Amino acid sequence: MAFLEYKGKKFEVDEDGFLLKFEEWSPEWVEYIKESEGIPTITENHQKVIDFLQDYYKKNGIAPMVRILSKITGYKLKEIYELFPSGPGKGACKMAGLPKPTGCV
Amino acid sequence: MAKHKTPLLDQLESGPWPSFVSDIKQEIEHRYANPKGVDYQVPAECPDDLLGLLELSYVDGETHWKHGGIVGVFGYGGGVIGRYCDQPQKFPGVAHFHTIRVAQPSGMFYTTEFLRQLCDLWELRGSGLTNMHGATGDIVLIGTSTPQLEEVFHELTHKMNNDLGGSGSNLRTPACCLGESRCEYACYDTQELCYQLTQEYQDELHRPAFPYKFKFKFDGCPNGCVAAIARSDMSFLGTWRDEIRVDQKTVAAYVGGEIAPNAGAHAGRDWGKFDIQKEVVDLCPSGCMRYENGKLEINDKECVRCMHCICVMPRALKIGNDRGCSILIGAKAPILDGPQMGSLTIPFIKVEEPYDEIKEFIESVWDWWMEEGKNRERIGETLKRLGFAKLLEVTGIKADPRHVQEPRHNPYIFWKEEDVKGGWQREISDYRVKHQR
Repeated sequence: MAFLEYKGKKFEVDEDGFLLKFEEWSPEWVEYIKESEGIPTITENHQKVIDFLQDYYKKNGIAPMVRILSKITGYKLKEIYELFPSGPGKGACKMAGLPKPTGCV
Repeated sequence: MAKHKTPLLDQLESGPWPSFVSDIKQEIEHRYANPKGVDYQVPAECPDDLLGLLELSYVDGETHWKHGGIVGVFGYGGGVIGRYCDQPQKFPGVAHFHTIRVAQPSGMFYTTEFLRQLCDLWELRGSGLTNMHGATGDIVLIGTSTPQLEEVFHELTHKMNNDLGGSGSNLRTPACCLGESRCEYACYDTQELCYQLTQEYQDELHRPAFPYKFKFKFDGCPNGCVAAIARSDMSFLGTWRDEIRVDQKTVAAYVGGEIAPNAGAHAGRDWGKFDIQKEVVDLCPSGCMRYENGKLEINDKECVRCMHCICVMPRALKIGNDRGCSILIGAKAPILDGPQMGSLTIPFIKVEEPYDEIKEFIESVWDWWMEEGKNRERIGETLKRLGFAKLLEVTGIKADPRHVQEPRHNPYIFWKEEDVKGGWQREISDYRVKHQR
């Protein structure tokens, strides 16, 4: 496990660059990893996806299914990949500070 | 020389079967010698550390890979299985040891030119170790680091015109038996259908959008050489619906002992002279065959196309000419609610380009499962939960006796309200007029 520092904030992350603690998330985190996720600038659309993922996670304790993410944000899967090139799991969930997706991936 | 002592693994170098230990050791020596002067992009010691780590697992009786791993390439949500060793200081060569799934050609026919090119790529950017092939069908490149993933992907697509396979909650890499390329039993071109559907559903394969994984497999006949019925959520099984073609002269040659039964498959032991009555007619599951006065007759109306007679006498009996496939749904391994094999959903469908009817069926199944399937629920489990009748309803298929092995024995039968005269809206007061409390 490694500690990262960016703009005075400290983040503990795993090998895949996921935050170990959801509580450590801050807007600086998004700023810090956007480049490694292939995102030049964070737009309102990015923010909308991140906000929804965080709300859903706080309420339900899990990440939403892709279908639910699409339905609620109104973004088709294709649009989500345009926003987050590594996809909703590796891209958007990582930026939102959610735990790493598990299972047979 | 290898840097780890591997006394337990060394024992697996003896015996007649090709030893994976000897092979990995060969690759270790090759990488240290580096005769081509390759500028290795992952540590040269990678396979060496793999053996070291494996030896440690043999000693401990425990795995030494960390949980999970989420890596990949931009644009795709799957294709790479991330993995990190839990002893990176001791085994730095396998600190990162990701697996890349590469789409394989249908039927796995190769030219050496293609394989050499792939090996050159993997020697430079990977461990030099592979799995030919993964159980789902992919070429599996075993062991590389995160920075190499985009590099491998770039060379695969730009120089080799090849793509990644699938992983995650999506359509996984489809696979088929070798079909019409080298088998006289094939009832449709499995390789072509496999290839065409793989291309058609690239989006579904590369970007997970399903409740869980979904697999296609294509068997040319009921022999099931790719085990579609056990290992794919949607299995395509070749069959025919007219008559088995019988060549009586060749039947006589089998009876006369001129041709070995089962194409000589049992030649390793003396089973006595071929007895057509005992080995074919009496073993037919529907008892629809007769051999009298040197003539073999088949009552094709009763034949279930099990393949037995054709397999015993391949030169005398041939599949019919009116060919197509059956589609079965729902096979899965035990987790969560028990293993399932495919259930017959479409008894017969023609397999003809551009496969519109088949695609329409696939998409109607997906539309339903994507909406109704729970998180990490295989379609076989959705079927159990919501009922087979629901699948028939959403795909517009008429219920048919062939959909069941036997009818239900319990009387818990649901009716639709519109099918019951008077519906469900009743007043208790009306009932009480005739029946006192």
